[in-house]
Amino acid sequence: MNNNVIKHIVWFVLFILLQVLIFNNIKLFDYINPYVYIAFVFYYPLKKEKGTFLFLSFLLGLCIDFFSDTGGINAAATLLIAYIRIPVLSTILRKSDFDFLLFNIRSISFAKSFLYILTLTFIHHLTLFSLDYFSLNEFGSIIYKTIITAAFTISLIFIGIILFTKKR
Amino acid sequence: MRQIIRFIEKYRYFLLFLFLEFFALFFTIQSHSYHRSKFVNSANRLTGGIYDKLNSINEFWNLKSENQHLLEENTRLKNILSIESINSINEIDSTTHYRDFYYSSAKIIKNDYTKRNNYLLINKGSKNGVTSEMAVVNSKGIVGVTKSVSNYKATVISILNEYSHVNAKPKNSNHFGTLSWDGKGYKTIQLEDLPRQAQLNIGDTIITGGKSIIFPEGILIGTIKGFEKTDNVYNSINITLFNDMSSLSNVNIITNLQRKEIQQLEKSNNE
Repeated sequence: MNNNVIKHIVWFVLFILLQVLIFNNIKLFDYINPYVYIAFVFYYPLKKEKGTFLFLSFLLGLCIDFFSDTGGINAAATLLIAYIRIPVLSTILRKSDFDFLLFNIRSISFAKSFLYILTLTFIHHLTLFSLDYFSLNEFGSIIYKTIITAAFTISLIFIGIILFTKKR
Repeated sequence: MRQIIRFIEKYRYFLLFLFLEFFALFFTIQSHSYHRSKFVNSANRLTGGIYDKLNSINEFWNLKSENQHLLEENTRLKNILSIESINSINEIDSTTHYRDFYYSSAKIIKNDYTKRNNYLLINKGSKNGVTSEMAVVNSKGIVGVTKSVSNYKATVISILNEYSHVNAKPKNSNHFGTLSWDGKGYKTIQLEDLPRQAQLNIGDTIITGGKSIIFPEGILIGTIKGFEKTDNVYNSINITLFNDMSSLSNVNIITNLQRKEIQQLEKSNNE
């Protein structure tokens, strides 16, 4: 067991507790509930084994589902963004300044990291709410809820990144 | 054979992704079916224990308003008692006297109202006599119906849930409809399938109809906020709830004592 493994386990548990104990109780305008735990997917190093990462993301979502009685919607959405994370990143960065080993959210430009987080958060929330509503008739509500919740989630994640990560 | 192995090796992450996604979707679909009990629920020991701890901290914030509620309810019940003559009540022997429903108390330790399908968690489970499909109410009215039950915890399908179908009627008539929720705001729910003969006015009280084995008749729900009528058929009757679903604490669980008998009768009817 090296230090890094313990660090990731601590982050994993911390994200679950933060989401369940704090962010699930933030109900902005009695309507918007941010899903900040997906920052785990953005933060997890790219160089690590991909299978473990997929499994951890699935497990993270499933833990949130256990706490919030939502079936498997968080697991499905988190697993999806974990799987498409690298394709999305390589499209945004156009492979030129794409360095697997040294990748860090603060090491790329603000615009690019914003686009990266925006894309993945939007896909996550869209999957989440589509599976929650589970009906094509309510497409309008799904899109509306996706956009306002994503805006709130992204703001919180950026505040977190600025406060808790070091600039490289 | 070698090609199959090579195929699996090449696409192993994609296959793992599909495999796990299958499970996630399986749990999701299971949660959307009303009749099956959910595997993924918060009534287990770990999540229930964490919510218990959280609730014991949060409880202090609304002790004052909760006390006020209980005092109001006590006053109301005492006034009802003072109307009835005390003697007739003393004569009832509760062990032999016929009764349909039994009330017990519980506390909401997790509340949700922002999702499309909301579930609550209460701190009573099968060891306290709770089973699935029991009514959960509080002094202001209807809250939900129990679903997954563990030893000391149970989840409750909130009335703010697509799959909650409670039988309801206007207080002044005997035309029945079904409650549903459109997912837009926790203060209003909808009444559907009300026959066109029913006379409705804005402000009418809606109560439970008692046409199911879960809810007794006359549990308060809310008042009519507005309705549309096209071709003499009611569509979208909006009801303002009496209950503030965003702050729930003490609730009652209603056990139907005649449930087994009714279910047996229904079963023998179907055969």
